[in-house]
Amino acid sequence: MADKETLLELLYLMLKVRRVEECLLDVFAQGKIPGFIHVGIGQEAVAAGVCSCLKPDDFIFTTHRGHGQALAKGIELNRFMAEIYGRKDGFCKGKAGSMHVASKEAGVAGSNGIVGAGLPISLGTAFASQYRDENAVTVCFFGDGASNQGTFHESLNLAALWNLPVIFCCENNGWAQFTPQKVYMKLENISKRAESYGMAGVTVDGDDVIKVREEAEKAVSKARKGEGPTLLECKTHRWFGHYAGDPQKYRSPTEVESTREFDPIVKFEEFLLKSKFIDQAHVDTLEAKIKSEIQGAIDFAESSPIAGPEELFTDVYA
Amino acid sequence: MSETRYIRAIAEALNEEMARDENVFIIGEDVGGPGGAFSATKGLLEKYGERRIRDTPISESAIVGLAIGAAAQGLRPVVEIMFADFLTVCMDQIVNQMAKTRYMFGGMYKLPMVIRAPGGGGLNAGPQHSQCLESWFAHVPGMKVVMPATPYDAKGLLKSAIRDDDPVLVLENKALYGSKGEVPDEEYLVPIGKADVKKAGKDVTVVSASRMVHQALDAAKALSKDGIDIEVIDLRTISPLDKETIFDSVEKTSKLVVAHEAVKAFGIGAEIAALVGEEMLDYLDAPVLRVGAPFVPVPFNLESFYLPNSQDVVTAVKKVMEY
Repeated sequence: MADKETLLELLYLMLKVRRVEECLLDVFAQGKIPGFIHVGIGQEAVAAGVCSCLKPDDFIFTTHRGHGQALAKGIELNRFMAEIYGRKDGFCKGKAGSMHVASKEAGVAGSNGIVGAGLPISLGTAFASQYRDENAVTVCFFGDGASNQGTFHESLNLAALWNLPVIFCCENNGWAQFTPQKVYMKLENISKRAESYGMAGVTVDGDDVIKVREEAEKAVSKARKGEGPTLLECKTHRWFGHYAGDPQKYRSPTEVESTREFDPIVKFEEFLLKSKFIDQAHVDTLEAKIKSEIQGAIDFAESSPIAGPEELFTDVYA
Repeated sequence: MSETRYIRAIAEALNEEMARDENVFIIGEDVGGPGGAFSATKGLLEKYGERRIRDTPISESAIVGLAIGAAAQGLRPVVEIMFADFLTVCMDQIVNQMAKTRYMFGGMYKLPMVIRAPGGGGLNAGPQHSQCLESWFAHVPGMKVVMPATPYDAKGLLKSAIRDDDPVLVLENKALYGSKGEVPDEEYLVPIGKADVKKAGKDVTVVSASRMVHQALDAAKALSKDGIDIEVIDLRTISPLDKETIFDSVEKTSKLVVAHEAVKAFGIGAEIAALVGEEMLDYLDAPVLRVGAPFVPVPFNLESFYLPNSQDVVTAVKKVMEY
């Protein structure tokens, strides 16, 4: 099991992701954020468990439900918030928004609004590391729905064939937008698909951050040693709808309610408290620290200007 | 100067750029041992090895996606898509990913990548191996589209494309692969975004690209017998379009015909006609006419009726001369 410092880092990351997304839901409901947002509340253990194994110069690709992964990879909160607000000080000058958050500094190589489209691109950063004999690894996050896209199969095949340093992390919450897994897939475990491409595949309880981290660590270390890609499936739960404001009429209220039973943060906190790694005072201090970080980010975002029409024509070409 | 075939000019460009820059690598189906379906990469595997010449599975989305990720990290991928028709297989990666990456992320990344793909008819290859889809891609901001007509331009434009920091789609024409032309022995580049006046003339401007440049030049010869002197512009680059060269010529001739191999409907001819109509109406002495293919798929064995040719250009020029 991970050392105490790592365990505390995991708790911090999960809490931060949860509180930031709760705050996003709140300010979105107030009409302060343009467009729409997709939160991954309930899925924090995947982002924290996987990204805590990565170094700053490793790459991740995220999806439109990717706030948590970007934050866990270390994206700077102020500019992250400004981006979601569509402001000039955002990482992408407010041109990306929630669905396309990226940060070169943090190795958040791009968030994609097209299901399954990040997979082929993640081959490229992994290829560049291999081409230059560098040690960086790439993690591509995607959802269970994306595993039925052709890009998933093309990418796994090529990554296995070329032994690329990439981890395909499937955040399986059982829902592809408004459709449950039983409607779109006969297999229970997506990780089983790895075998047909000559790649390691593993399914883990995605609500258990310690288990996610253990498996992610193995996959990352394998990729770093040049031993090729892994398909890591983390089974988790989507508490909210596909997008913020989605009334989830396609899901029974009982099912929606039951997702809360799998709260990865409550589970982990209980474990840490019981094992005497932390006491309640530690949790309270952490919550206060995160609250103040978020308030700072909101202030930063809200005081950042909205880009004017002069930005319309910039960045189209180099 | 030496006579070189169009396909060899492309091979020379690839070889020279790979020798010049370690970041350049080639990726595509059959590009290794077989040297590509049309031999553009022949001999490169032996010279540069498997690290830099990457034979892939038949997975166009993975190929283009990989190139995008690698380009964002500073490599300079050159992708070969075997037939331009297959660009449709990886349309998301081209249109939503490659063309959007720079803008969407606020200029965070440069994307110095090239996609080469042969288009056009002439080989009786049927409706799924013969299309000219340039207007699709020219319609999408965020990438550049070039269409060389001669060996000289094929080499010079491809070298420029590889050195360009933006994604460039190089649409070659497979009916031109065997054509010969003068190519300098010393290194040169052809600038992207600059059209070329292939023949100066005073009566009618004929704007063309790729294979239709040669049809327009043939038409010029035929028309000169009737005392008609056309100016033939080879666009070379479709996007960004060199409006200046077109407008300068129209100012001189007051008459315009646009000739391309793609179907006439919704094509680049329509775009150019509209541009000239919007900005040059006072200079025009006749309506702008378009020469292009009929609005049907490219037929397997009816190409001789389908493909626009020099006679179609002659007819269009004579018609605008009547005004």
